[in-house]
Amino acid sequence: MQLELRNVSTKVGGEYHLKDISLAFDAGTLNILLGATLSGKTSLMRLMAGLDQPTSGKVYVRGKDVTGVAVQKRNVAMVYQQFINYPNLSVYENIASPLRIAKVGKKIIDEKVAKVSRLLKLDDLLRRKPQELSGGQQQRTALARALIKGAELVLLDEPLANLDYKLREELREELPRIFSETGAVFVYATTEPSEALLLGGNTVSLHEGRVTQFGPTIDLFSKPANLITARTLSDPPLNTLPVTKFNNRMLYKSHVEIPLLGRLPDLPDDDYSIAFRPHHLYLKRMSEAMISVKAKVVVAEITGSESFIHIDVAGMRWVVLARGIHDPDIDKTIEVFLDPSKFYIFDRNEQLVVAPEATPIV
Amino acid sequence: MRWKWMIPTVYIFFLLVPIYWLLNMSLKTNSEILSVFSLWPQNLTFDNYRVIFTDPSWYSGYINSMIYVSMNVAISVSCALPAAYAFSRYSFVGDKHLFFWLLTNRMAPPAVFALPFFQLYSSIGLFDTHIAVALAHCLFNIPLSVWILEGFMSGIPREIDETAFIDGYSWPHFFVKIFIPNIASGIGVTAFFCFMFSWVELLLARTLTAVNAKPISAIMTRTVSASGLDWGVLAAAGILTILPGALVIWFVRNHIAKGFALGRV
Repeated sequence: MQLELRNVSTKVGGEYHLKDISLAFDAGTLNILLGATLSGKTSLMRLMAGLDQPTSGKVYVRGKDVTGVAVQKRNVAMVYQQFINYPNLSVYENIASPLRIAKVGKKIIDEKVAKVSRLLKLDDLLRRKPQELSGGQQQRTALARALIKGAELVLLDEPLANLDYKLREELREELPRIFSETGAVFVYATTEPSEALLLGGNTVSLHEGRVTQFGPTIDLFSKPANLITARTLSDPPLNTLPVTKFNNRMLYKSHVEIPLLGRLPDLPDDDYSIAFRPHHLYLKRMSEAMISVKAKVVVAEITGSESFIHIDVAGMRWVVLARGIHDPDIDKTIEVFLDPSKFYIFDRNEQLVVAPEATPIV
Repeated sequence: MRWKWMIPTVYIFFLLVPIYWLLNMSLKTNSEILSVFSLWPQNLTFDNYRVIFTDPSWYSGYINSMIYVSMNVAISVSCALPAAYAFSRYSFVGDKHLFFWLLTNRMAPPAVFALPFFQLYSSIGLFDTHIAVALAHCLFNIPLSVWILEGFMSGIPREIDETAFIDGYSWPHFFVKIFIPNIASGIGVTAFFCFMFSWVELLLARTLTAVNAKPISAIMTRTVSASGLDWGVLAAAGILTILPGALVIWFVRNHIAKGFALGRV
């Protein structure tokens, strides 16, 4: 099965929720929709499922136009962020529901439910009602129902967002494995870059209803095509610095001079955005070829093994991610160091010009 | 604070006094009711109840009331279910205005509609039938039912509907198998409110009936006969009129508060 969207747009009350989206997903692939809240992930999923119809554009399944085909006639399964089960039915009936509708024989249903419930560790809970389960068990019931159908297209809309972190880690590991055996097109929406990177596969980066980039997840992280994709894939947020290059000088706000190190000298004169990740902003000089900048501490967040130090550099907010515990005084002026070899440079249209070399594993 | 239980006790006592007095009267003879003041029946008698259960002009009133009330409950709930679903799940032009307009129907006193209903039903041959009263009461009960059911339905996440459609349920199948069981308490409460209105409503029921569909409330208010008022039988009829309501309340007692809030709790 192959799912393809061609120039799909949805417009609600004169406002585009999705704008001109073209994507193609192959059978047996894991595809992640990554974007902030309201970026259009759920709208896009509802469109793929057939719950909503696009204002313009077409949806193809295996080359066949399915735009406007009722959701009942499409072979899809969907799991929501909220734990959605039928409260009046037992866990067994909840899982068996798609098969009951398809008029599958009782024996086959029994076998399949037993198999799926064992896989999702629900086999002791089949007689209960969904409200008598914990959140994680409820979501596993919903996942079991999606799995038992053997759908060609499995849509998971932030399925782990409402679970506690232990369960999330556990299920995040199991999910791709469980569903990859089915050979379905697997679409997974999330707001968290780290979740996308842990799951791997391909990622669609979404921003305000548009696809900013589609490709292997790791490529989107290491070589984002544009600044928005780089921001979407970065958590903690990306640090940026708008600069102008002119006559072999690079200036921020036409007075702060940036030394031309790394690949900066090769750029033609123009406006650029320099971007770098928080873990490439240092509190100590790590090498000679680093740019030193004076910054004021705004706030420090300490997680234990790492510290996030939010700083103010000439009116810009940056974040330093440093190992260990650093607790500088608020409003104190400190010196931070930029590594030009880690710079992403985007042109005036926010398209990538220079990406840093991938760090070799030592 | 040791006496704080006194407050509800006194309140409930005064609340129950008229009901007790009705019960008290219904178990006395007419002469005792009229001659002496007694806190309980001196000569306990069930004659008043026997009159009601044996005299067709009395018990037919109960049967008539029951018939049109159950007709009304069935019509109101079955019409309100799809309407409430539409208001709860879809947005369409003027949906909010239409929804509010429904409730304004309840703001008009029934008396306003007595005349048009009487003339209309007389001219199309519906006068003095059970369905006439049942339909007339729909004017008030359907809007109320839509409001209560909409509240209960909006408490069910829309994603349940979608999950069912994805599973392959057609809309009618989903509605009967999944949706209705989930709002069963809402339907119970709605039926209760319809029952209550239809059971106690007097004006329309009396105007639209003469003999064949005459409700008990109308019979009770027309019992001044040549021999004067039959106090005991009237009191027994009153007790028997309260009973069905009390019975229905018992069944929906756990959900009734949500019903008064139109399902929006």
